[in-house]
This record gives sequence, structure tokens and C-alpha cells, in this order.
Amino acid sequence: MRAEYLFKRLGMFVLILWLASTVNFILPRLGGQDPIRAQLGAQAAMGGNSQVGMKEMIAEYDKRFGLDKPLIEQYLTYLNDTLHLEFNFSMSAYPTKVIDIIWRSLPWTIVLLGVTTLLAWLLGTILGALLTQPNAPRILRFILAPILTLSAIPFFLLGLLLIYLLGFQLKWFPLSGGFDQGIVPGLDPKVIANMAYHSILPALSIILASIGFWTLGMRGVMVSTQGEDYLLFAEAKGLRKTTVFSRYAIRNALLPQLTALALALGNIVSGAVLVEVVFQYPGVGSLLYQSIRASDFYMIQGVVFIIIVAIGLATLVLDLIYPLLDPRISYARK
Amino acid sequence: MVVAAPAVLHVDDLHVFYHTPDGSVKAVDGVSFDLIPNERLGLVGESGSGKSTIALALMRMIRPPGKIEGGRIELEGVDVLTVSDEQMRRIRLASIALVAQGAMNSLNPVTKVREQIIDAMRDHGEKLSGKEANDRVASLLDQVGLRPDVADRHPHELSGGMKQRVCIAIAICLRPKVIIADEPTSALDVVVQRQVMETLERVQELLNASVILVGHDMGLMAQFVHRLGVMYAGRLVEVSPVNDIFAEPLHPYTELLIGSLPSLEHKGDFRGIPGLPPSLLQRPVGCSFHPRCPRAMPRCTVEDPQIQEVRPNRWVACHLYDGPATSTETA
Amino acid sequence: MATVAQEQVLPGWETRASRLGGMASGTWHYMRRNPELLVGLGLFLALLAFVLVGHLTVDLDKARPLSNRALLPPSPALPFGTDKQGRNLLAVMVIGTPQTLQIGILAGIIGVTIGTVLALISAFYGGPADALIRGIVDIGLTIPGLMVLITLAMNVKGGLSIPQMVLVVAALAWLFPARVIRAQVLTLRERAFVDIARLSGMPRPAIIIREVMPNLMPYIVASLVGAISAAVLASIGLEVLGLGSFDSLTIGMTLYWVIYYAAIINSWWWWWLPPIIIIIILFTGLFMLAVGLDELANPRLRRRA
Repeated sequence: MRAEYLFKRLGMFVLILWLASTVNFILPRLGGQDPIRAQLGAQAAMGGNSQVGMKEMIAEYDKRFGLDKPLIEQYLTYLNDTLHLEFNFSMSAYPTKVIDIIWRSLPWTIVLLGVTTLLAWLLGTILGALLTQPNAPRILRFILAPILTLSAIPFFLLGLLLIYLLGFQLKWFPLSGGFDQGIVPGLDPKVIANMAYHSILPALSIILASIGFWTLGMRGVMVSTQGEDYLLFAEAKGLRKTTVFSRYAIRNALLPQLTALALALGNIVSGAVLVEVVFQYPGVGSLLYQSIRASDFYMIQGVVFIIIVAIGLATLVLDLIYPLLDPRISYARK
Repeated sequence: MVVAAPAVLHVDDLHVFYHTPDGSVKAVDGVSFDLIPNERLGLVGESGSGKSTIALALMRMIRPPGKIEGGRIELEGVDVLTVSDEQMRRIRLASIALVAQGAMNSLNPVTKVREQIIDAMRDHGEKLSGKEANDRVASLLDQVGLRPDVADRHPHELSGGMKQRVCIAIAICLRPKVIIADEPTSALDVVVQRQVMETLERVQELLNASVILVGHDMGLMAQFVHRLGVMYAGRLVEVSPVNDIFAEPLHPYTELLIGSLPSLEHKGDFRGIPGLPPSLLQRPVGCSFHPRCPRAMPRCTVEDPQIQEVRPNRWVACHLYDGPATSTETA
Repeated sequence: MATVAQEQVLPGWETRASRLGGMASGTWHYMRRNPELLVGLGLFLALLAFVLVGHLTVDLDKARPLSNRALLPPSPALPFGTDKQGRNLLAVMVIGTPQTLQIGILAGIIGVTIGTVLALISAFYGGPADALIRGIVDIGLTIPGLMVLITLAMNVKGGLSIPQMVLVVAALAWLFPARVIRAQVLTLRERAFVDIARLSGMPRPAIIIREVMPNLMPYIVASLVGAISAAVLASIGLEVLGLGSFDSLTIGMTLYWVIYYAAIINSWWWWWLPPIIIIIILFTGLFMLAVGLDELANPRLRRRA
């Protein structure tokens, strides 16, 4: 029974990956003129720096995806490449490979996103749970309204405001970038501190703008949970308030709250991409922005695919954690 | 209302109101009764008669907008309406336990049965080692007729009857003196119903405890309880030993209730009780039952009958039994 | 034959016909108990007022590039100043706001309509149709929408025009409403009044329209608000990334230029402040509406009932 659940989830993951790559393959070829080939050609014609390596790339492209090749063969070649994370060379930064550039940017995004999402979820969940307790500290109630208003604003907008207020006016934080100019990112503690310092504003944008959502969600879930019969019985058992709160209420409320996290991942990532753009933070979001501006198709395809893979993996992990918390899942089929 | 042996539970003039924007709903309006050791008392009535409210009130678990507005609930001599919240918490399960209706959902879905029995004991100060706790759990499950491996199951793996018996096991783990069973079998089929009721009876006798069975099933009451209290519109209208009630119901409402039970001997039409229970916001003047009562007299429309002992150990609130000497008394 | 047991969901409204005055006062009384709804509508109306007044008072021609000197701070003649390309920013806002709203509202309506129809088919006809629709929704909701939009947009030359953006955003906007409404329909389908209708011989489409839909309305409206919000966000996101049409004046495009020319660091505050304020008003208004409607639809959350 557990195995069936596992296979279903894995199957979904693989299906998503296949769909993503197939769509990436089909779309450019739909409009008659292949935009990738067109871009390669255009860049080659431009001359100057952007011409470097174009001839080789065009030759390579024609060899593999030229019009003389049967479509199915092109498709299989493409799938094979994608499986090996072979996204070709960056059109704008030849001879650097797309995948290498992505590997350099990915850690920044993962750290920023990972830490902020978890932090926001944890804090919001705790806050939401506390708000349902009558004897919670009163300041909490006052925090709720501003937090909720903040959550209505898109992440990157809050980012712009924070740049202006805390970076430009108060000069407390740097205005952009992942690290001071001239510093080489590495594992030196001073360098790490500098990188952390630069991440504070982007992190704040994400945390402040999303914590309201988790708080409201958890509060709502707790309220429904508290109406359940088993809470009544728990009180009738004469259990201590903390026992009822933690083992009976929160423990059950966490399940839908975790589901909400899995469902929100896509939106959070989309928001974070824009945050990176606003802060020029050297993650995959900025990469995406730059490659869109340069019409660097290979890079765009690579980044989009990696992002989809990452989210698919994260969702898969959460899906696998879920049965550990909810014993009903291993057995319930639907 | 004093009965033969010293009462383990003495309820005196209990009032429980629900305060709504439309007014105060008098769910329980002056109920008094006693419960003696080893006794099984039934509280029967239609929906909205106040019986479930009494069950919650005895556990002091009435939540806003409901409020206990007056009266005393003396459990083993202590008025539980006056003790602190923490003291009441300790009294629950240790002195008075509840087996609720809706066994479907009474147990925590995410923890094992074992944990749910142990946490009750632990929160009441019992210091048990791992082995001691498991032994206690096994013994409790055995008392309710469940196999020891049930302890490692989760509630959704158990049938309705098994879940209800787990609830009974939890209810008796601290050997309370009073067990309240609020419609414990309403969601179960008759075969399982019997199992659960037999279990309840058995554990009650083992513990020398008393049981209050709240419900609307007269047939079940007939088979299980010693004494039966009939509730109507928030009041007790009749309290008597169960055999007496069935042999000779005194209150017209009781008579109609018994009459509505289908009989195996006679064939006939179903007989219900015409009309609807009164709104507890606006009780009719006089006796609350008079609009539906086949034996209503002019007096019933103006004067509210009080419950009195009209025969040895038979209490009823009805003007039919007012002696000529009391007809001039004011209520 | 009159519909059987049609449940009323809105508070304070009578089932029998009432005078317009009665209805209006009932609505007003409800609004007072539901401040979020009031605030949300108020903010919306404020935006609309801004647009209307703007259309009447501002020379919209000046929204074109090079119609003024560039980077002028606000003055009585140019209340919002100008941007780097010499556009009258007030004119830009007056034109761009309804455009952004339009994209959101259109995409939202299309998305919710498609989503509702598919949800009803899925829930009522079951079987392979249900499995297919559910599968698409599940997968579609796992893949981040922005990525799909980017992929779609990249293959369109010259950036997405407004109608194209509406279509592209709507293509994703139907997924979440479909899931929510399907779940709701499944619950409703089991309710007694549907059984009665079915047993009395009502054909399925009639049941859907006359029995189920009225009870779905709160959820549909709530989904609509959410879809509009998401659609506006998606379109702004695409534009900020540079995938919108470059001569478009929408709020998203303005933000694109703000970021492109680093307007914040250059202290051109009149350029970045109005679009941000407008977006904040828009999203806060939508959020308040959503909270208010949630209370309307979910009686358990109602306070001071």
C-alpha cells in the first residue's frame, strides 16, 4: 500500500518532467519559423561580441535539429539531452555551457528560497496557532492586521519598497547584488557574512509578504480543528491544556497546513524569481531575466526546466513526508 | 430529592442557558436529581430536551454562548461548579468520565490508541514506566473485550464498535465513580449496540461505579437502566424505577413515548406524538407539555407543575397527581 | 414546477420578492457587519474613479514617448512628472491602470468560466472525463505558472500584446478554480435537495443549472476574485520580466522600465511610486473583497451574526 503511493508520486514527477521537456520541444516549432534558429541567425548577423561562436552553434543546431531530420529523431535527441541536463551553450555567453551557469546561480536561489519559505511557514504557523488561544500575548493580535495587509502585496513590490526605505533612505542595507563588488564568493566566514548581509532585504521581502498567508491559513485550520469531536473528548479526558493544544489540535492542523505549503511552492518560486530581479540577486531568477533580455533561448529553456525539476522534487519530498505524519494516508487510496 | 443511600452525585436546581442574540434559550431549567453508587440512571427525551446539555454541564464543559446559570452539582460531596479550572480538569476522568456520542470522531486520528490511553493517565499524575503503562493499557483493553494488539492501531483502522469500546476503556482507566454515556450507540447497528452496552454494564459493575445513560431510545433504556428520568423542554417530568415506568407511566408524555415503541405482539399503526417540542426561548405559560397533552386540564395552561414524589420513589411533574389539598396551592 | 428546497445563502435576504428598498437596506446592514467587503469595494471604486477622472481631465496623447521632456519631477502641469522616454506619467497611469485591470478581469472571468464548466462536467459525469480533468489540474497546479507563461511567451515574437496576454494567462487561470469548484460540487451532489431533484426526474443539466449553481455562486465569486488577483499578478510578472509588449503602458511595463533604468537609485521617485501605490490599492482591495466574500460564503466565520 505504501509502495503504491510512492510509485504514484514518482510517476507524477516523471510525467511532469516529460511534459515540460516536450512542451519546450514542440512550442518553438509550432509557429512555422523556428525562433531558436532565427535567434541564432540574428545573433550571428549582428557581428561583434555576440557573434562569437555563432557559426559553430548554428552548424551544431542544423546538424541535430535541421529540417532534414525526421521529427521523431529530433524529439528523441532532445529528450536525451534534457535527461542529461545538456542544455547546450549559452547563446549570449559562449563558450560557457548553460548548465554550468545554472549550477553557479542555483545555490543562491536554493538557499534564499529554502530558508525564507521555511522560516515564513514556521513563523506563520506558530503565529496562527497562538492566535487561537485566548491567553496568547496581546501584542500578537496587533501584529495580525499589518501582516495581513502586507501579504496582499506581491513579493517583489515589497522588495522595491524595502530597497527604497531601508536601502536608499536609511542606508541600512545594500541596494542590490548578492555580495559586495570585488568580493569573490566563497566559504570564508567574512565572505559568508557579507553574502548573508546582502540577502537580508530579499529575504525580508519574501518572509514579510508571505507570513500573513500562513498565519491566516493556520488560524483557519485550527478553528475548524477545534470544532472536532476529538477535541471535545480530549477535554473530557481532563488532559492538560498544553497536551490538548499540541498533541491534539496542532498535530492535526499541521496536515492541511503542510499540504498548503506543497501547493503554494509554485507561486512562491514565481514570486522569488521577481524578487531576485528587483534585487539583482545572483540566483536563477536574475539569470532568467537576463536571458530573456538577451533572447538566449537555450538559457531560458534550461533555467525553466531546472526550476520545474526543483519544484517537482520539493513537492515529491513533501508528498513523501506526509504519510509519516498522517497515518490515514498509507491506507486510504483516494 | 434524597434517595435511600448517600448519593455519589447530587444535582440541585441546575440551570443552563444559551445566550443568543434572539434571547436566552433555557436548555436546562431547574433540574434536580441524585445518583446513588452502583446505579444506572437513564435520561431520556426528544432532541432539544436538554439531556445532552446536562451531560456536558456535569463535566463543566459548557462553552459560550452557553452558561451554567445556577444550581449545584455535588460530586462525592464537592460542588464542582465552585472549584478552579485546574481542579475541575483533574476531576474529569478521575471522578467523572464521559463516553461521548459520535465515536466516529472521538479519538485523535493521528495517534495510536495506546498513546491516547496513556496520555490520559499521565496528565492525571500517574507516573508509569513504559512497561507499566503498556500493562495497564493491555488490561484496560481486556476489560472492554478488545485484543491487546488494538493498542497499536490508529482509530481509522477500527470499527465503530471497537472505537466506542476504546472510549469506554479510556473512561474507566482512572476508576471514576460516575460514568456519563451520551448516546454511546446512536451510530452503531443493533448487534454492535448490544456489545457496547454489555461492555458498559460489565465495567460499571467491576468498578462499582454509577452510570448516567443519556439517550432517546426507550427500548435501550428499558434493557439497561435501573431508574429512568424523562426530560421535556429542559425539565425532568418523571423519575422512577424503570420497571415501574414501563408498567405504569404516570406522566402523559412518558405514556406517549412508551406508546410510540413498536411492539412485537400487537400489529398496528405507528403512533407518534403530535406536535413539536416547544421553543426553549419562549416556553408556553403553565405546563410546557400542555399544547400536546391528551389529558390537559384548564389548570395546566396557567400553572407550571413542580416535580413531586406522588408515590414511594415515583416522582412526576403533572397536575393529574395533585391531591385535592394541593389544588389551591400556588406553584 | 418551482425548484425544490432552494437554499438561500445570502444573509438578510428574504426568499419572497421584496421591494428594492428592502433589499438595499438589507445589503447596507450586511456591509456594516462585514467591513472587509466594504473596504474592498471602496478601494476598487477609488481606482475606477481615478481612471474616470483621468480620462476626462488628462490629455492622453501625452502618454506617448517624446511628448514631453524626460525625467521631469511633478509639477502642476505634470502632476506625476515624466519618465525617461518623456511620457506624461499621469497619462500613463490613467491609461495603464484599466489595461492592467482588463487583463486581470478578462483572464479571470474566462478562467473561472472554463474552470466551472470543466468542474461541473468532471463532478457530474464522472468516469474518464473526471479522471482526465483531474489529472490535468493536478499536474498543471504543480508546475509553476510563471514558468509555463514564460515558455509560452518566449515563442511569440515581439512580446505579448494585451489580448495575447489575456489568453495566455486565462489558459492557466482555470486550473485552481476547477479544483475548488469540483470539490464543492462533489459535496453538494450528495446533499438531499439534489437527490430529490434527481429522483423527481429532473434531467442532469437542469439539476446543474437550477439546483447546484445557485449554491455554487459564493464559491464561484470567491474564485473569481482570486483568479483576477492571480491573473493581474501573472501579467505584471510577465511584463516585469520583459515579456510584455514594449510600447504597452500597463502598470507592469511601467515597472519594467523602472527596474531597467534603476529609477529608485536615481531618485526619480515620481516614476516608481504611483504604479506601486496603484498595485497596492488594487491587491489590497482584491484581498479585502476575498476575505469579505469568504465570510459571506462560510457562515461559520460570521461574527456578530
